[in-house]
Amino acid sequence: MKNIVIIGGGIAGVETACMLAQNGNRVTIIERDSKLFGKLNNWYCLFPDFKKSEELIEFYQNRLEKFDIEIKLNSAVDKAERDGEGWFIYTGNVRYAADAVVIATGYELFDASRKEELGYKIYDNVITQGDLEQRFKDKNFLTAQGKTPEKIAVVHCVGSRDEKCHNLYCSKVCCVTGVKQAIELSKFLPETQILCFYMDLRMYDKFFEELYRKAQEHYNIQFIRGRVSEVSENSDGRLSIKTEDTLSGRPMKMKLDMIVLLAGMETKKNTTEIAKKFGVEQEESGFLKSKDFHIGAGILSEKGIFAAGTCISPMSIKETIENARSTAQQVNEYLNTL
Amino acid sequence: MDFGFSTIDTRVIEIDKFDTTILKYVLQHEKSMLVCMSCGGCTATCSAGNLTDFNVRRMQMMLRRGEVKNLQTEIDKCMLCGKCMLVCPRGVNLRNVAMLIKKALVNHKDLK
Amino acid sequence: MNTTYKVSKDYHKEIAEDNFYYARSCIRQNFFPGSEVAFLNILRENLGKTIHDDPHHTTCTGIGYHSDVVPFDTIQTVVARQFALMTENGIKNFVASCVTSFGMYIEITETWKHYPQQLEKIRTFLKKATGREFELPENIAHTSDIIYNNRMLIAGQMKFPLVNVKTGEKLKIVDHIGCHYAKMFPEKGEGGAEFTQVLQGMIRAWGGQTVDYPERRHCCGFGFRQYLVQANRGYSVSNSKKKFESMQPYEPEAILTNCPGCAMFLDRWQYVMYEMQGVKYGKDDSFIPVFTYEELAGLVLGYDPWDLGLQMHQIDVRPFLDKIGVKYDSEKMYKTKTGRQIGSYTPKQCK
Repeated sequence: MKNIVIIGGGIAGVETACMLAQNGNRVTIIERDSKLFGKLNNWYCLFPDFKKSEELIEFYQNRLEKFDIEIKLNSAVDKAERDGEGWFIYTGNVRYAADAVVIATGYELFDASRKEELGYKIYDNVITQGDLEQRFKDKNFLTAQGKTPEKIAVVHCVGSRDEKCHNLYCSKVCCVTGVKQAIELSKFLPETQILCFYMDLRMYDKFFEELYRKAQEHYNIQFIRGRVSEVSENSDGRLSIKTEDTLSGRPMKMKLDMIVLLAGMETKKNTTEIAKKFGVEQEESGFLKSKDFHIGAGILSEKGIFAAGTCISPMSIKETIENARSTAQQVNEYLNTL
Repeated sequence: MDFGFSTIDTRVIEIDKFDTTILKYVLQHEKSMLVCMSCGGCTATCSAGNLTDFNVRRMQMMLRRGEVKNLQTEIDKCMLCGKCMLVCPRGVNLRNVAMLIKKALVNHKDLK
Repeated sequence: MNTTYKVSKDYHKEIAEDNFYYARSCIRQNFFPGSEVAFLNILRENLGKTIHDDPHHTTCTGIGYHSDVVPFDTIQTVVARQFALMTENGIKNFVASCVTSFGMYIEITETWKHYPQQLEKIRTFLKKATGREFELPENIAHTSDIIYNNRMLIAGQMKFPLVNVKTGEKLKIVDHIGCHYAKMFPEKGEGGAEFTQVLQGMIRAWGGQTVDYPERRHCCGFGFRQYLVQANRGYSVSNSKKKFESMQPYEPEAILTNCPGCAMFLDRWQYVMYEMQGVKYGKDDSFIPVFTYEELAGLVLGYDPWDLGLQMHQIDVRPFLDKIGVKYDSEKMYKTKTGRQIGSYTPKQCK
């Protein structure tokens, strides 16, 4: 029986743990937070099928029960040291011996206040998609002034594809998140006009493009191609935005009641710390460096250290689960060589 | 007083000031227009657009941006041949859109 | 509505406390002749600082640079000469009175930081041309930074806070930051480029309230090439117009600026807009008075408005003076200290 330590108890960590436990390994999940499933706890529903996040959490709670996996909550990796082929991992006053380690630390939402010009944390009616999911849960869509919004803008690519934030990459799931949230908003607030401001809509996966079309056809969501460059507040507390209507080739401005910023995905600071502890390489973007883009996304630069989920690159939940399974397979193959 | 210079009107499109009467009329009668994704396929194939500065996509944008004045001169360039509909990946009934714009322009005052 | 903004660490600027070398502006002395003297007086008399006002320094030639008539190497050498004068006086803190000059000093020192060979070249140029040598300043600030840094000290000596003496209400003051202050190098401006605090901090410290209106960041329209050529001035005035229209709903009672061009044009273009199109942008069909930060500091400290040069504004400042309770003698408005009449003008009245 081999020992495996998984760092991070989000979807990626839990799925990898289940897969590896299924193959008869002794698996430990070390999670910093007081509960499992990470950011999934904050989401109201998932694209593209509007599945409630709770359903997925329930699925994983049931799945976890089938296996004997040690889950160590409120714990961080303090130290890691080589022990022959394997590792010793210290958390609190416990030491774990691991034949293989899987890093599944996940991502962080881009801190939208870094894009000052968009007014997050300056104007009360500017929120992020993360805040909006909470509002979906609370069924609270009132503006700071206590009004039902007449117009809401969904702003794509905040902190992604932006040299100014040192993020050259595309966070890829925000496009469809924006469309999903626009539809969801429209369901809750049928009288409200929803506009999406985008550069291009990257509807890469199954049903995504259909969702976009549905947003136009059934929910009358307006898509305006242009990056929002500035948000400001008017004397009546409403917000103004400036963008280019790139399809008309002219600057455009409009008044709105609420703005939802689609903040991109970034590496956690924690991931960098963990990477340093195990001596694994990171990309310039901060995401963990895979050994091979095509055939070894979960294999890292250091022997016996693997990664799963969004600490490798931005991914949807579906992709995270697939990626976790593939990483588990890579770990198994590795363990067989020991 | 003449200072030898004057102010310049803004080029900014102000959505809040759009004249949406024609847009609403067209959408009411031709729902397929909702799904246009501004790919420009229509414009590329347009017979009129190959010889004049008519632009089917721009015509739609004018409609969406409430630019009623420009729409009048733009729409007259369309020959209503329907070639645009053959290529549209979203199945927008562009000929009907053009017809509806013409109708709406005639009845513009009544629509308001 | 009063948007308060915490200056993040990224945009908190180091500003020297004392011992400054003062670089005057070439155009401010014409546009707002009292402001620079007021700055020196406030620094020396109210704040007890040491500042060296040097008759030997020249224009930074920034206007020529931005109008494409002065090459970059030339302006660098001129700036190097200013630094040489500072070095010769044994001073390390450089203060520029003009926002464009300030922008030039930053742009050039940043260039030298990234291209040390360029710095060496300029050292050679200056040596050959003038025989002078220079050290780089330890701190470069704009004069508004210094006033901002000492705003609470000024508030402590304040005689006329920015409060309407009749109603007790805080005056609504719009700030306008010169583009060259923080838009080129946001980290060199207090609060950065988007939510610059240098003027807002003064307004709040002195009892007024600030207004964050949608076109707050828009350029005043000065734009060098635009105002230099008469035929282009339409661009300039249209930019100011855009700002005026955006601030109008807030009914601002004054505009505070930190750039010579902005103060000039936000003042003069109101008159031009009125003459051309009959429009006024202040509350109840009035004009909005425009102040430099030195003028405003001088006013709250109780300086005589005519010593501050406020009679040189196109828009009449007297209704504003009445609001905060400053006493003035209209008879002396256009007279020198010795009583000589220096011409007369009926300023545009604001109610």
